[in-house]
Amino acid sequence: MFSLSGKTALVTGASGGIGAAIARQLHALGATVVLSGTREAALKELADSLGERAHIAVANLSDASEADGLVAKAEEVAGAPLDILVNNAGLTRDTLAIRMKDSDWSQVMTVDLESPFRLARAALKGMLRRRAGRIISIASVVGTTGNAGQANYAAAKAGIVGMSKSLAQEAGPRGVTVNVVAPGFIETPMTDVLSEGIREKLVGSIPLGRMGNPDDVAAAVVYLASDEAAWVTGTTLHVNGGMAMV
Amino acid sequence: MSDIADKVKKIVVEHLGVEESKVTPEASFIDDLGADSLDTVELVMAFEEAFSVEIPEDAAEKIATVKDAIDYIEKQKAA
Repeated sequence: MFSLSGKTALVTGASGGIGAAIARQLHALGATVVLSGTREAALKELADSLGERAHIAVANLSDASEADGLVAKAEEVAGAPLDILVNNAGLTRDTLAIRMKDSDWSQVMTVDLESPFRLARAALKGMLRRRAGRIISIASVVGTTGNAGQANYAAAKAGIVGMSKSLAQEAGPRGVTVNVVAPGFIETPMTDVLSEGIREKLVGSIPLGRMGNPDDVAAAVVYLASDEAAWVTGTTLHVNGGMAMV
Repeated sequence: MSDIADKVKKIVVEHLGVEESKVTPEASFIDDLGADSLDTVELVMAFEEAFSVEIPEDAAEKIATVKDAIDYIEKQKAA
């Protein structure tokens, strides 16, 4: 399997279900991980469970200056330049468009689209100079298919794809790859609240016959972070059980 | 040679990994020093940082040679 030994990775939203799984898998393959998020206690707990090579960097990505400074902060706590950036943090403010407030729109855009750009911009400066690096952003199947009630979220996630393709073209000549992982329905606390009926209908639309789990997503991230994925850039890896074949 | 010219030359040598003797005032970053478009952007950012100046996009586009860079920075610093 892939080795990430000697690499340093920053994972945003690391206190969430998918972010924690990504951090765990990167760490298991030898990477030094910097866990970022807003909830310090949850980050500490995860860092403690990982043991060595795990650091935390608390940041609120709805604040532009905190987003701008996070890469430098991560490199400081890890004591090494950043090799892998995983833009995983995100939030939802779901409601039908006719009821959507300006703040529902702008909060989602700020955290889910603007902050990944800020982080990528900061990370790229060093990566381009070092002629190496991996930027992986977590989007969503709804960025491709759309979803009623998620005009803001779907727009931000589609934006991630266009942004990543552009960055991939800019950074390609320096051996830096920029890719996207687009999960479908994943078992997290967020989906636990769905009623049994909705759940059954959801699973019925998935050829592989189950919801995804955070490790399904993390495995895709690990691949894109590996040296073996050196010739893969500007792509979106859909991890959705076949629900949308795009 | 002015301090600014010296510093510009040093930055160019460092960033492009070229021999100092090749970094003449007339040398074009792209045609003579092997820079690509990303290199030129990185150079401009390095100049901005080293000299604490802002080089807007339209000015940056016109900086094609070592002399262009020196002249622009000297003008900014004199202003």
